[in-house]
Amino acid sequence: MDRRETLKTLFLAPLAGGIIARSGQAKSASDVSWTALPTSYSYGRTEAEQQRDATLFAESYFREHELLTIAVLCDIILPSNHPNGGALDAGLPDFVEFMVKDRSRYKLPIRGGIAWLDNYAIEKFAADFITVSEPQRLAICDDIAYPDMEDAELQPGISFFSLMRNFTMTGYYTTELGLKDLGYVGNTPNVWDGVPERVLQQHGKQYDAQWLSKCVDQSRKEIIAEWDDDGNLTS
Amino acid sequence: MAEQEYDVIIIGSGAGGGMATHQLANAGLKVALVEAGAYYDPADEEQRTQLRYPWESPRRGASTRLRPFGDYNSCIGGWELDGEPYTMKDDTDFMWWRGRMLGGRTNHWGRISLRFGPLDFKRKDSDGLGDNWPIGYEDIKPYYDKVDKLIGVYGSNEGLYNDPDGFFLPAPKPRLHELYYIDGAKKSGVPVYPARKSILTKRINNDRGVCFYCSQCSRACGIHADFSSGTVLIYPAIRGGQVDLYTNSMVREIITDEEGLATGVSYINKEDRLEYQLKGRSVVLAASACSSARILLNSRSAQHSNGLGNNSDHVGRYLHDSTGASRAAFLPELMDREIYNEDGVGGMHVYTPWWLEDAKLDFTRGYHLEIGGGMGMPSYGFGFAVNQYNDFIGERVGGYGNQLRDDIRKFYGSRLSIACRGESVPQYTNRCELDPTVVDEWGIPVLRFDYHWTEHEINQARHMQDTMEELLEASGGILLGSKAGADRDYGLTKPGEIIHEVGTTRMGTDPATSVTNEFGQLHDASNVFIADAGPFVSQADKNPTWTIMALAWRQSDYLIEQMTQGNL
Repeated sequence: MDRRETLKTLFLAPLAGGIIARSGQAKSASDVSWTALPTSYSYGRTEAEQQRDATLFAESYFREHELLTIAVLCDIILPSNHPNGGALDAGLPDFVEFMVKDRSRYKLPIRGGIAWLDNYAIEKFAADFITVSEPQRLAICDDIAYPDMEDAELQPGISFFSLMRNFTMTGYYTTELGLKDLGYVGNTPNVWDGVPERVLQQHGKQYDAQWLSKCVDQSRKEIIAEWDDDGNLTS
Repeated sequence: MAEQEYDVIIIGSGAGGGMATHQLANAGLKVALVEAGAYYDPADEEQRTQLRYPWESPRRGASTRLRPFGDYNSCIGGWELDGEPYTMKDDTDFMWWRGRMLGGRTNHWGRISLRFGPLDFKRKDSDGLGDNWPIGYEDIKPYYDKVDKLIGVYGSNEGLYNDPDGFFLPAPKPRLHELYYIDGAKKSGVPVYPARKSILTKRINNDRGVCFYCSQCSRACGIHADFSSGTVLIYPAIRGGQVDLYTNSMVREIITDEEGLATGVSYINKEDRLEYQLKGRSVVLAASACSSARILLNSRSAQHSNGLGNNSDHVGRYLHDSTGASRAAFLPELMDREIYNEDGVGGMHVYTPWWLEDAKLDFTRGYHLEIGGGMGMPSYGFGFAVNQYNDFIGERVGGYGNQLRDDIRKFYGSRLSIACRGESVPQYTNRCELDPTVVDEWGIPVLRFDYHWTEHEINQARHMQDTMEELLEASGGILLGSKAGADRDYGLTKPGEIIHEVGTTRMGTDPATSVTNEFGQLHDASNVFIADAGPFVSQADKNPTWTIMALAWRQSDYLIEQMTQGNL
């Protein structure tokens, strides 16, 4: 079974399903689908910002073929065959579409990069990137996924792949799936009382007693601060 | 609008304007507070960015021209404002940040709250450059003490002569990367102390909450556990009923009478684009060093033909900003670390103040070190160059597939960075002045900057680079990037970039070489005061906010006294 069949929206159920496009070829990469990202947000914006974002969302930049290529590449970079989902579950094509409109300096490198990739695939395997077979696509990626490849002809592809990897990683690790995958546990009210003892031991570190004497006693944090005339805290 | 005459019209609601509002309104004076930006309260759900996850923003927190410090940063304003240009003379490359919101730039500063020390007020005595302040540490100390107690600042009393003790709240314990830094600095013989930041690690009153350690002070705190002028000074003052707040009001000029004294201000309401006037017995100008200079220079009259307060031709001169440089390292010992909630307070828990006062160096005046690192919340840019550190551990950079997940976790939180902030030497020729031809969208002439660093700042930046390399390596780090050399002025930041601009209306005893007296009162118009960083004679390697507020408080006491005596 084509593993893309299993992608769908397993992990971000509340979000609407993404577009599905087909090139007409059986088992083609163009069967790819992804989770759609929201197109309206509310998080403390000024009027000018709201207007700008509305304009960005109203604009459509990538052609369908380009979006499909982005989707296939993102899926290779961070596949969805993982308990925490992958790039397509995180809506990567939608994210890239938004970001290139937001930061328009990326528009050309990605459009041009896709065109380069298709040219390279045609030269090597006589079809564009999303049309060649999966092993052929991976062979192409093996050529351009490593910055230490010195072949001059590959450099534009390496540069493009690095850019797509950056977008994929940042686009995934800034979603709920990504934070879970990373194990991030912050962004919540808590009481910081120093590095856990076991972690200190792992690193061979310890708190200096004199330093600790200057630090907050969290059991007294709600008692209103008072000082003597010399600046010594007395409460 | 009624023909009300205010006791005081305060222009600008940042650190200085907020403190003036708080003190003068609490003393019973009738105050008009005029702010060019909109009303802002981080506790308002409509304006909240705190505690939001990255995916709540379509750009995952990336910066935009409208939010240059990131999509969740509470700044409203920036380096470029629509309709409000500024220009540069010759090859000047000045960056001018303007806040446009209630509370001004105090909504999104680093909360680093450092007193100037005795040496900082008398730098000419030690290096012969620039000028001494007309006041000394002993004059301002009582006000620093009051500011500490009113606003709250964590830190520690260390008995350091030029980094004086105060009334501190207890410090947060260092994070893991900070422990690495402390050990590294110890090896290099460089001191480290708890940082000093205006964040409430302990309750200070019943109005404000206690820090809950989300590390997001830059997004402004919904429970007001960090200092901003709006939350800590202006809201309480407004509740007292003595303050009329005018927002979205862009001041064009201060109006003076035939005796040359101020009678009010003229401003443009940005919503209807019409011009209005307020009448007042006195004016406190606190629009930020450069904006206040601009308003003075635009306040021309028969009595002040060169601009208000500018008989000396010193308004706009001696503009200076902090120097800055930064460097980062990869700490292999922090690879594959255990993940726990390490958010802490916003920014650093530890810092290094200037420690080489007595050393022989090829530059004068010092700098302090700010420490960064940790397991922050991912936002746009996280995961870029995901496994570039593989280079350092003999593994291949690049690739694709699920092994990238391992790379992300392997290197998460393994970076240690240092930023230096130093004192520059004020120069007569570094200035802002009115551009002779360019106006903003309201027809107000704009500022033109003329500013160049000197060899003191460039040599200082070279020393910063050497220091950062030594300390990062001593902490176990592998340096990232290349060391900035002479071709890049050793990584020295652009003037204006650190957003500590001061000096444009410097204080002094001689009206021929200064703009205000020691109370920020104009030599040329006794009922006009400057309460921002314009009156600073020199800037120290300390962030200016605490000194702005101490001076504003001292000025307020003087203003009230003068008014009581019938002198205003």
